[in-house]
Amino acid sequence: MEKIMHKPLLPRVSLSYRLLSWEFFLLLITAAVFVINSLASPYFLDPWNLSDASFNFVEKAIVALPVAMLIISREIDLSIASIIALASVAMGFVAQTGAGSPLIMLAGLGVGLLCGLINGLLVTRFQIPSIVVTIGTMSLFRGISYILLGDTVMKDYPQDFAYFGQGYVYAMFSFEFVLFLVLALVFYGLLHKTNFGRRTYAIGNNPTAAFYSGINVARHRLILFVLVGLVCGLAAVLLTSRLGSTRPTIALGWELSIITMVVLGGVNIMGGSGTIAGVFIAVFLMGLVTFGLGLINVPGIVMSIIIGGMLIGVIATPVLLKKFRNRKPAP
Amino acid sequence: MSESHSLFSLRGVSKSFPGVKALDQVRLDLYPGQVTALIGENGAGKSTLVKTMTGIYQPDAGELRFGGELISLDTPEAARSLGITAIHQETVLFDELSVTENIFAGHYLTRARSGRLDWPLMHARAQQILQDIEAPIDPKTPLKFLSIGQRHMVAIARALSFEARVVILDEPTAALSHHEIEELYGIVRRLKQAGCAIMFISHKFDEIFAIADRYTVFRDGCYVADGKMEEVDEAQLVTLMVGRTVEQVYPKVEAAIGEPVLQVRNLRHPTEFDAISFDLHQGEILGFYGLVGAGRTELMQALFGVSSGVQGEVEIGQQAVTIRSPADAIKAGIVYVPEERQAQGVVLELPIYQNIGLPQLSTINANGVLSDKAEYALADGYARRLQVKAPDWREKVGNLSGGNQQKVVIGKWLATKPKVIILDEPTKGIDIGSKAAVHAFMCELVQEGLAVIMVSSELPEVMGMSDRMIVMHEGLMVSEFKRDEFSAERIVSAATGG
Amino acid sequence: MKTLLQNREVLLAVLIVVLALMVGLVTHDFLLPSNLLAVYNDTSILIILALGQMLVILTRCIDLSVAANLALTGMVVAMLNSAYPEVAVPLLVLAGALLGLILGMINGVLVWKLGIPAIVVTLGTMSIYRGIVFLLSDGAWVNAHEMSGAFVSIPRTELLGIPVLAWVSVIVIAVMVHFTRQRRLGREIYAAGNNPTAAFYTGIQVGRLQFVAFSISGLLAGLCGYLWVSRYAVAYVDVAAGFELQVIAACVIGGVSIMGGIGTVQGCVLGALFLGVINNALPVIGVSPFWQMAISGAVIVIAVIANAKSERKTGRIILKKAALQSH
Repeated sequence: MEKIMHKPLLPRVSLSYRLLSWEFFLLLITAAVFVINSLASPYFLDPWNLSDASFNFVEKAIVALPVAMLIISREIDLSIASIIALASVAMGFVAQTGAGSPLIMLAGLGVGLLCGLINGLLVTRFQIPSIVVTIGTMSLFRGISYILLGDTVMKDYPQDFAYFGQGYVYAMFSFEFVLFLVLALVFYGLLHKTNFGRRTYAIGNNPTAAFYSGINVARHRLILFVLVGLVCGLAAVLLTSRLGSTRPTIALGWELSIITMVVLGGVNIMGGSGTIAGVFIAVFLMGLVTFGLGLINVPGIVMSIIIGGMLIGVIATPVLLKKFRNRKPAP
Repeated sequence: MSESHSLFSLRGVSKSFPGVKALDQVRLDLYPGQVTALIGENGAGKSTLVKTMTGIYQPDAGELRFGGELISLDTPEAARSLGITAIHQETVLFDELSVTENIFAGHYLTRARSGRLDWPLMHARAQQILQDIEAPIDPKTPLKFLSIGQRHMVAIARALSFEARVVILDEPTAALSHHEIEELYGIVRRLKQAGCAIMFISHKFDEIFAIADRYTVFRDGCYVADGKMEEVDEAQLVTLMVGRTVEQVYPKVEAAIGEPVLQVRNLRHPTEFDAISFDLHQGEILGFYGLVGAGRTELMQALFGVSSGVQGEVEIGQQAVTIRSPADAIKAGIVYVPEERQAQGVVLELPIYQNIGLPQLSTINANGVLSDKAEYALADGYARRLQVKAPDWREKVGNLSGGNQQKVVIGKWLATKPKVIILDEPTKGIDIGSKAAVHAFMCELVQEGLAVIMVSSELPEVMGMSDRMIVMHEGLMVSEFKRDEFSAERIVSAATGG
Repeated sequence: MKTLLQNREVLLAVLIVVLALMVGLVTHDFLLPSNLLAVYNDTSILIILALGQMLVILTRCIDLSVAANLALTGMVVAMLNSAYPEVAVPLLVLAGALLGLILGMINGVLVWKLGIPAIVVTLGTMSIYRGIVFLLSDGAWVNAHEMSGAFVSIPRTELLGIPVLAWVSVIVIAVMVHFTRQRRLGREIYAAGNNPTAAFYTGIQVGRLQFVAFSISGLLAGLCGYLWVSRYAVAYVDVAAGFELQVIAACVIGGVSIMGGIGTVQGCVLGALFLGVINNALPVIGVSPFWQMAISGAVIVIAVIANAKSERKTGRIILKKAALQSH
């Protein structure tokens, strides 16, 4: 034992090497897509076009950040898109009363937080798997939106409310985009640099051992659900502001693309591993693919084939590679 | 006896898992109409061997012969079709299914023409088998309503429901009462007469001498010796098993016993244990002995705040404490090294230093922001002291051997500066070197004034290490022995409800 | 000794009767045998899909792709029918069921051979299958006038006063009762879901049974593809969109445990009927159909809470007195 030198703060080799290589791989693909897109369409490289394109994925990307943490902790939330819808409906009603933007925003955030709290309480208090709980609340929250709105549209938003979803902070840098960058940094810090983040990994890897180590697993997961809900509320603010209207079908099917972003970013759907950096790159990759397909006029529903295929393909590829490698006789 | 007579034989069989070589070139012969005892300490590779012989694990190397023919057991199905059946140590059964279905799962009886399941026949057969082993259980009862002993009888009934030629019993008596053990002996004798080859795994030498014809000894995953029972005595077997004489194994050092640290008064739980009262003193190692399923682990988990529905009083250093969660227990100074190390003790994917720091992140990083340096420094002290074998404390715990993982768990708890440390089967499944290290370390701890509770199913270990011993049976404390009163006979008798 | 599960089915049956009676108080016509039959007929597809879903959930998986599978097979048989009206309808039904089987097998293979969590696989195939419907149809509808007479009329044809659609569901129920009680494969599905480790020890291949469950679920979805499209006499991309939630709700309400290994055919059928009565009652008592989604969501949540409470592990029974009490 004496012979072994203990040098603190050596780079961890095994784990981060693998993650790094996944992120590197993602970065390569993203770069390739970028090049293909710029070759395929002359409009692609225009900064304003790129900025416009970012609107299509930034709201989802913002939700992907807390969802990544939730999935790392071995839970899942399928109700995210429905939370966005319900929050948007709440904002519509507040706006109808003639309230100003701050109050409207507060309503969106508050309803989001409340929905997250409901999910979290159901999962932690009754110890029900989050997948069923959120399948239920997914149709509950969306259903309430339908009850409240039917097939009507709400669009009584004040003028200055449009800033969140349509405003620019500087040149072609939209408010949404800058907000996403800031939040990505915040979540990077939260997941990788705090006790909270460390506990998230520990819980995701082994909830029992984490509990036996004195971590309040239930409370931790509750907080994560609330955080997801709150950020969904925020996304609802941005989306509603950008569209300028609320329909009960708003953000329909977003849970699929958001979860795909997270999984594509290298977050293990079974919990325990993943990084914000990976999710960050994956978000851009998906944004670029969608934008590129849009440029060559591929309809939206076909996009869902590609997203669904990506979701399965990304998880299947490493498994297949491993199988293939194992089939080769050992040297 | 020459090899040609052996029904089932293994030669040069090896099996490795990440971080541990469970079986290393072992050999074994089972003869028809004979009981072969497989003897070895925890971690000698017995359970891995059983799983290799029943098609659950595939060996990395070596050959298996059945009736002289070379065979490979790719699936549990393949083993069963040869008539190889096992009663595993942990009874793995189906809670939600009926006793009948537990007996016949995987080899259901069907009507010849329609292929339909023949439930009346299966129920009748199940009834018959249960009657034969004198287990009065209604075959239609769902398994979840049975006691642990009854479940074990169902597992035995299951093994008997096959046309068995080789029967493996992996510590079958660990959870059985006196009466049930007598029944089991009867079953084994009948199987012998029917010409079955039987492998019997047990820690209890009186059992081995009562029932076995031959023995095979394993140590640390290696074959050590085999032969006929009439040619050896207990002392020789023990020496073969541990590789040295018994006195050397337990480095018991008497520490000064001080004031009571932990006082438990009438602790009770609706289904698991009742009327538990005891004191634990500074500098004391208090052993808890009992059969598997006697409620020891449940009691310890209750003290650590894992279970719900626990009532009664717990005092730490004369101060009443309420423990509703492990966090409460840790704060009160009680820590628990669980039996299920990988499931409950360590986070395999995290590095050593992060495992050690996990319970007290808020203390190390009071402002909530991680400081790798502080965490590493804390872990460094304990990992060094426990001599964790790893190139660096950044190694994932999953890459360590069982013994070193156990050291990490102990280190994690020492770092919280506890008053009471509970060790549940602390040497289960770890190699002999780590075992000795853990024992030596326990002595060190009590000398420093800690109080230790040790739960173990290995009687020599509890007797070798404890200052005092409490024996549990069916959730109750049945007797208490001081070190100078220890007698294997009396302890076992108390534990089996005698 | 009565288990909670048995109690639950009785409870559910009583609840359905009470619910129907309450609706009957508002509109007496609701309780007419002909209307009750219509309600059952209307619930048939849900029952069939829920039984397939139950098998999948029993093996600790979930199939979110059933509705998309149904839409795809429905569109394929509708397009085949409109292109080749001369092909006999039973052949088309067979083709639809086969296609559904294949789609289910794709899910099953991904879960079994690649070990990808079922939720990920079926979340992905759900949008892939739905997307393919669009690719095939180019977003266009197949309307009633493009379908052959036999294609549309078969499910409505009455045998002994009961429509074929209802008969089909009765047959599926009967087959499933037989399968889950009297067939080796059916019982092994329960064993595999109840305790995968023990199942492995007893030589039961859990992955293979997951594959079987997904295949059956797919087959039934394929069958329902034809039933749905012919019943509503229209096929389009969004057919049965979101219906997978109703299907899962029916299972959960019927006492199928999402943790696997627990659930019965009768519970599942009752769960579907419960939703069927609600769905049919809403318009009758003048509640807007917009309520339907929220109600099934709320019912899922309430049902899983009820399940969680009844399934909660009480810990090992060690004490003699506790063991005596439990009997």
